[in-house]
Amino acid sequence: MREIRKTFPGVVALDGVDFGLRRGEVHILLGENGAGKSTLMKILSGAYQKSAGRITLDGAEVEIRNPAHAQSLGIATIYQEFNLVPHLSVGENIFLGREPVRLGLIDRRAVNRRAAEVLNGLGLSLDPRRPVKGLRVAEQQMVEVAKALSLDARVLIMDEPTAALTEHEIKELFAAIRGLKARGVSIVYISHRMEELFEIGDRVTVLRDGRSVGTFDVKETNKFELIRLMVNRDLTELFPKEHAVLGEEVLRVEGLTTRGGLKDVSFSLHKGEVLGIAGLLGAGRTELARAIFGLDRLESGAVKIKGETRRIGSPRAAINAGLGFLTEDRKAQGLVLPLSVKDNLCLPSVDKFTSLGFVDAKRERRAAERYVKELRIRTPGLDQKVVYLSGGNQQKVVLSKWLCSEAEVFIFDEPTRGVDVGAKAEIYQLMNRLAASGVAIIMISSELPEILGMSDRILVMRAGSVACELPAREATQEKILECALGE
Amino acid sequence: MRARGIELRRDFFSHYARQLGTLSGLLGLVLVLWALTPHFLTVSNLLNVAEQAAIIAIVAVGMTFVIITGGIDLSVGSVLAFAGVVMAEALHKDVPLPVALAVALGTGLFCGLVNGALITLGRLPPFIATLGMMSVARGTALMFTEGRPVSGFSGGFRSLATGEVFGIPVSVIIMVGVYVVAHLVLTRTKLGRYTYAIGGNEEAALLSGVNVRVYKAAVYGISGMLSGLAAVILTARLNSAQPIAGMMYELDAIAATVIGGTSLLGGEGTVVGTLIGALIMAVLRNGLNILGVSSFVQQVVIGSVIIAAVLIDMWLKRRAG
Repeated sequence: MREIRKTFPGVVALDGVDFGLRRGEVHILLGENGAGKSTLMKILSGAYQKSAGRITLDGAEVEIRNPAHAQSLGIATIYQEFNLVPHLSVGENIFLGREPVRLGLIDRRAVNRRAAEVLNGLGLSLDPRRPVKGLRVAEQQMVEVAKALSLDARVLIMDEPTAALTEHEIKELFAAIRGLKARGVSIVYISHRMEELFEIGDRVTVLRDGRSVGTFDVKETNKFELIRLMVNRDLTELFPKEHAVLGEEVLRVEGLTTRGGLKDVSFSLHKGEVLGIAGLLGAGRTELARAIFGLDRLESGAVKIKGETRRIGSPRAAINAGLGFLTEDRKAQGLVLPLSVKDNLCLPSVDKFTSLGFVDAKRERRAAERYVKELRIRTPGLDQKVVYLSGGNQQKVVLSKWLCSEAEVFIFDEPTRGVDVGAKAEIYQLMNRLAASGVAIIMISSELPEILGMSDRILVMRAGSVACELPAREATQEKILECALGE
Repeated sequence: MRARGIELRRDFFSHYARQLGTLSGLLGLVLVLWALTPHFLTVSNLLNVAEQAAIIAIVAVGMTFVIITGGIDLSVGSVLAFAGVVMAEALHKDVPLPVALAVALGTGLFCGLVNGALITLGRLPPFIATLGMMSVARGTALMFTEGRPVSGFSGGFRSLATGEVFGIPVSVIIMVGVYVVAHLVLTRTKLGRYTYAIGGNEEAALLSGVNVRVYKAAVYGISGMLSGLAAVILTARLNSAQPIAGMMYELDAIAATVIGGTSLLGGEGTVVGTLIGALIMAVLRNGLNILGVSSFVQQVVIGSVIIAAVLIDMWLKRRAG
């Protein structure tokens, strides 16, 4: 791809991007949100039409008209949200729209046989007759890969393929990617995670503000150089952890057990402390947050706030007790997208602004203005719908919700998922400021560098209980993983 | 930043364009009918239109609340009939007028809260719960009256529909009152804020401490209660409560709501839009009647207007990106 330009009414999304892909390589595409990665890949996969530039495939210039045309050229895309039909089987999904037919009926046996062939080629022992609905996320992803291969794809575009995978599943995925490379398939790999790039990538292209700033061999570059290129500034310290002075105990959890799978979880949390909670997917980390926040019923155990046992049976009770919950999925759980910045920000504390039954709009605006300014939320106004804000700014609106409700214990569930490097650093800074002001933080994260970089103390969970507790000084990636896996 | 500025301007444009769009639609309609028949634009005829609109307009307020939460209430017409006959029986037992009114509103409120309980505690989809209530309330009204209308009330009661204050029909005054209160509730109170939040994202609302069950049930209660209020006006106007009253009112109320720009997906909408929507439907009916258009053709026209209004609404939304 040479000199690719793409303009939308009023915006230049891509301004002369060069991108080359060799046979059998994994080429990483790196850049902040809005740098143009997705736009570039959408042009390659036929979802968008380029405004200018040339695309050549095996030396011949091509004009990619639409996604079906891209597929027929051997370019397949696996999006973050899978395109699978849950109630159909693995085999039926792989051959969706191209079912082998016999006597006018779908030939199930042929579907399953040919699906099994493709899956075996990937080194998978997945039964093609199983419905997709019951598969793990990683397995569903493999079905997508198999579907692409069955189309004889020569170029495979993967958008954040590891976003929802556990460490172990990532290993499986990487093994499959190496297998594809060996068969001469070229892979474009989009990811925010630096660690992955060095493990799986051959070359890397960095995009910034719609331009390509360079292509490098992965072996000849390093994390800090790439980050500098991405954000055009030095981030010498990615995790600017400041250790706040710990105060009195604000939260104590004793013997928490739920039907959702928590078993006898106990820990305490002090003012100014960041408690990192690590563990594999399904280890019970989110369940713990839900139980503390009053979303799941407790079978037994108690939650004490400042030494006082509180019955927390609903989020309302949790908020009144001084808790705030920043959920993993901002859009599905954290924000009411069609509502304004102000309305979202004040939602948990409407009571505070209500007198004689009416919401005092002026006081509400003043409060909202304050947080927009303090947290530097980039929005054209308080009445802007949050759906139009960028990921990092949306995250700040969620954070402000709990600042406004004067929470003293913040539960962060995957605080930086889907957030670009620049915004990540800003969120870490905010966590530092919160801790310094005496707020206690529980941080659930699947990114070990984040856990190690930001926590004062680390709990590792396994199968619904606390497997180990480590002071941050003594923790290493290896130790945490050992605990999480139970080795 | 440039891109965001453009989005904002478009959003601003579409937000007001939709209100202005429906309003200019209404005004355009009035002008066309005025050109076709001068009698249309007389004070007495316009008050007549408002009077005709009042009942559907009041029911549509409750419908708007329900639809903003992302739900639907198919039972409003049947609840209206049920509340009407219960009140009529009470009036025939010579209960004082205020008590009879409380009986009508209370019956509606009760049916609405049952809907709310089925939806929040029973976790039924609103469509199913209110479809069931639609049949149950209608059947109960028929059983209660053995299928016969209950007629003949005091002049005091009938004046609720036939009376006038400074030349304005009482029913129109009640309608305006309901809209003023509903607008304030929706824009200025916690209940209103939560109504939008629940429709915009129920999960996020729950996690923000909104007692989703209580507020959802309350919204269905309001819808039922307003059906009860509409029953009072209709019964007073006809001097008769009929168990088969209010047939298909649910569809007219839904139509007024969506013509007014409320999205069936929930999370957005205004009662001002709904009022304009209800007036558009009443103006159309009235105008077509004056022009002597047959009721068969009227149905075709009204259906087409509903489709056109929603098409334009969706088109504006798409342009807003």
